[in-house]
Parts: sequence; structure tokens; C-alpha cells
Amino acid sequence: MSTPSSGSRRPLSPFMIGPYYRPQLTSMLSILHRATGVALSVGALGFAWWLLAIAAGPDQHALFARFARSIPGTLLLLAFVFSLSYHWFNGLRHLLWDVGWGFELPRAYATGWAVVALSVLSTLGVGWLVLAARTAA
Amino acid sequence: MNLRDPLASVRGLGSAKAGTGHWMSQRITAVALLPLSLWFAVMAFGLGEYADARSFLAQPFNAVLSAALVGCLFYHAQLGLQVVIEDYVHLRWLEIGLQIAVKFIAILAALASLLAIVRIVLGN
Repeated sequence: MSTPSSGSRRPLSPFMIGPYYRPQLTSMLSILHRATGVALSVGALGFAWWLLAIAAGPDQHALFARFARSIPGTLLLLAFVFSLSYHWFNGLRHLLWDVGWGFELPRAYATGWAVVALSVLSTLGVGWLVLAARTAA
Repeated sequence: MNLRDPLASVRGLGSAKAGTGHWMSQRITAVALLPLSLWFAVMAFGLGEYADARSFLAQPFNAVLSAALVGCLFYHAQLGLQVVIEDYVHLRWLEIGLQIAVKFIAILAALASLLAIVRIVLGN
């Protein structure tokens, strides 16, 4: 932890969680929104690789497809699917807050649990569809 | 007593000199990405094979939406990573280096992706 320019030794983000600030659903979902955003930024490079591979031709695409179907590739793909569905649903929750809807604590918790349920369910659904399509092919 | 320059008050940009521009751009790209990413995620199920993916992207409608997705995606990612770096990286030289690196990578990846789409549409 570095010292801010003011010279004081106060704790800086993200070290607030834990010793200074009790973990709760809302703060955990908030940090997860950032974490999935960072993961999706890396995933965006994978999307760019896919586009470039298609433009380059069948050989380059086969290289991409072989990685996507490997075990590490499949795990990354599933992590990407979870990150995308979580960030999508929670991003919608953020946009609703931005127009002033859902700030009341019970509603903030209800929408938070809804985001958790929807992103887990859609990840399981998409994962099942992808694996089913692969075994059928 | 208010010691602020009246012009500064009118502009309302605060000490960061940037105002709400970043915040607004992040929201507007988010609004665009909700339908674009959903559209692509649904379509992607049928794009496992090379020939299917290529003919899909070669259609002007799909190419335009894919290009819009690429632009919004990398812009939104850069805006988001900028805030994460501002908040968590407290070493000044590392923070500035990361901010510039993220911008360069986002712009290069977006340009390369757009060129790839153009090449697919034009068929070479």
C-alpha cells in the first residue's frame, strides 16, 4: 500500500473490505462487477482473435477452434460465459439505479440475489448447450 | 464565501477537468452493449464451424452489428479498466503506464477486429 499524495497513512481501496468494512451481498456484487469486467476485457481479446482467425482463413480458424475445445480453452470459455452473464445482468441493475430505480435496501438485495440466480442459471444453461453440441458433433 | 471563478462554476467540470464525460460514455456504451452482446451471444451458438462463421459475418447486416459491437466493447472496456486502475494502482509510474498501455491495446484490438470484419465482407 502506498501513501497518497496528501501524506496521510489512511487505508486505500481495495483494502477497506475485511478489517474496516464488513463484507455484505451488495459490496461483494459490486467488486464482482469489476472483476468480471476485467475478465471480459481479456475475453474481448479472445473475441478479436476469433475475428482475425476467420479473416485469415481455415488454418488459423482451426488453431483457434482447437484451443477453444481444449480443456483450458473450455474452462476459459465457461469463465467468459459466466462473466458476460453476470456483468450483463448486474450492468442492467446498475443502469436501473442510474435512472433512480431500486435504491431501497430490500429492493437492492432482491435485485442482487436475482442477478446471482440469473447469471448462475444462464451459465449452466449455456455450458450445457455448448457441451451437448460438442458431443453431438 | 465562494472563491471559485464564475466561469469554472458555469462549466461545472471540477478539479478533474473532465466533468461527467467519462461517466456518460460508459453508460451509453453499456446501453448499446446490452442488445448487441445478447444478439451476438444468441447467434454464436451456430458459429462453431469456419464456413458458418465466415458466411454469417460476410452478410452486411451482421458485419455492421459486429463492427458496432467491437467499437462499443473496446471503448467500454477501456473506460472500465481506467477506473479500476485509478482506484487500485497507487504507484504513480505504474498507474500512468497501465493507463496508456490499456488505451493502446484497446485501440489496436478494435482496429484489427474492424479490419478483420472488412476483409471477411470483401472476401479476401
